[in-house]
Amino acid sequence: MTRFIPPVLGMVLALIALWYVAVVPMNVKEVLTAAERAGVAVSPPSAVERRDMGNWALVVRNTHALGDSWSSDRPKLPAPHQVLVELYDSTIDEEVNGRRGIVKSGTLSNRSLVYHAIVTLNATFLGFVIGTVLGVGLAVGIVHSRVMDMSVMPWAIVSQTIPIVALAPMIIVVLYSIGVQGLIPKAVISAYLSFFPVVVGMVKGLRSPDAMQMDLMRTYNAPTSAVLWKLRLPASVPYLFASLKIAIAASLVGAIVGELPVQKGGLGARMLAGSYYGQTAQIWAALFVAAGLAAVLVWATGWMERRTLRKMGAKP
Amino acid sequence: MNGLSLFASWLSACVANWLFSRIDKPWVPYVVPLVFGITVLILWEQAVYKFEIPTVILPPPSLIAASFAGNLSTLWGDFTQTILKGALSGYIIGCGAAFLTALLVDRSDYLRRGLLPLGNFMAALPIVGTAPILVMWFGFGWQSKAAVVVLMVYFPMLVNTVAGLSETSAMQRDLMRTYAATWGQSLWSLRLPAALPFIFNGLKISSTLALIGAIVAEFFGSPTQGLGFRISTSIGQLDLGMVWSAILVSALSGTAFYGLVALAERRMTFWHASFRGGR
Repeated sequence: MTRFIPPVLGMVLALIALWYVAVVPMNVKEVLTAAERAGVAVSPPSAVERRDMGNWALVVRNTHALGDSWSSDRPKLPAPHQVLVELYDSTIDEEVNGRRGIVKSGTLSNRSLVYHAIVTLNATFLGFVIGTVLGVGLAVGIVHSRVMDMSVMPWAIVSQTIPIVALAPMIIVVLYSIGVQGLIPKAVISAYLSFFPVVVGMVKGLRSPDAMQMDLMRTYNAPTSAVLWKLRLPASVPYLFASLKIAIAASLVGAIVGELPVQKGGLGARMLAGSYYGQTAQIWAALFVAAGLAAVLVWATGWMERRTLRKMGAKP
Repeated sequence: MNGLSLFASWLSACVANWLFSRIDKPWVPYVVPLVFGITVLILWEQAVYKFEIPTVILPPPSLIAASFAGNLSTLWGDFTQTILKGALSGYIIGCGAAFLTALLVDRSDYLRRGLLPLGNFMAALPIVGTAPILVMWFGFGWQSKAAVVVLMVYFPMLVNTVAGLSETSAMQRDLMRTYAATWGQSLWSLRLPAALPFIFNGLKISSTLALIGAIVAEFFGSPTQGLGFRISTSIGQLDLGMVWSAILVSALSGTAFYGLVALAERRMTFWHASFRGGR
């Protein structure tokens, strides 16, 4: 563990430093316009000339007027600390001090990222469960039936080249128009994205017992169901968990994309709202929360994997 | 066609496929999925008429085909905008940059230990969320879509290539050392070939990601063409035939894209265990 911490920390610090540097040229035009209005001399003086110049050239010629780069109100690229402030404001501060926060009103404020993250998580989990059950069921069918293997598997692969994420808005709007709304449509998209990795992993896992083990089952005259329960399924657990880690991240993406068209809460809705109103810090904060969620979900799946494998007697 | 004949046609296709799958001929793996697909299309078509499903909810395949044939030039414009300009350029830039980074990472152990956990973390991120930011930065044209694609494909490609480059055994590397091979020579003749299966795995994953990225980015703003633009505006007009035509275009190009990469993989890694017969 200690082997990894210094380099990772070094990389993260380097990225943050790079970010702070990048903020200057990204925001230079807005900052210079603001400085000009405040009466500071900038070169070149007219906004039209500045529009046609490169960002770095402007930075070099106006080093004295760039103090506001890291604190401008509507930056193109917010500085890291601005994102952190926004994160604090829209989680802890909103819930503790806000008018509708959990402290004052007893329910989560619909302006806080905690609320939006929970909305997204609900859809993620429902979709993940549906996708996993479907995927495992399909894999069991594929392993046991040759005709199912030959007819379903190619189409399952083709179905993944259809960008379902592109279909998402249509599915949502169509289901909305026939009265199905809320959690289900988002979960459908999550399930679609998460079922394929599960199918592929499970098919591989269910086929992983070697010929020797299968022969042993045959000498016991074991029925197919016993082979499935006592040999194939236990043997597929490591493959299943490897797939589940991919599937849960995919279903989070599905939930977020599913929130884009119907603006009723969730991290996706939050990002789109931020993009409409030019609130970049808000988008970045939502993105960071989504990133954190993805990391926690994948880590939790990995933790469950270790626990399960240890219980099953695999090496720790 | 009534419900009974609908059921009968499904059953006969089922039985046909079941019989086909017993035969051990080289054409069987093509015919069986084809029969399955055609059956689904027929059932879909008939079900729409039988149960009088409004075309707004689910248009029949015939309507989609008509709409597809009637809008070929529009769809071609969308195809060039989204797939050729957005997805393909982003794919090439992203995979190229990831490959070069992987070579760098391969030379420096510090970078490997620092960057790879970050890479794994970033690969799990909903990178789709960066689309609004990148559209804000690079404008509504294809450049912003390419940027989204670059971000989406970069880390899966990086992680796969790095894993591939460390695939050789100590014995093989020692052999190269006894030949006094330089870094470049051992890379070219030992480690790149050994990494190819992993590289192609990354390329295949990225090919579908690239399409998704390019199309989703168009929901956050695009010029008046592109598959994502077509889908979102046609939904607004409830022109579901057009929506499905756009989806058909993306599905066809996605399959073709994936197929090309898979074909290249088969040609270049013919020696690998997974292609040497059996499964």
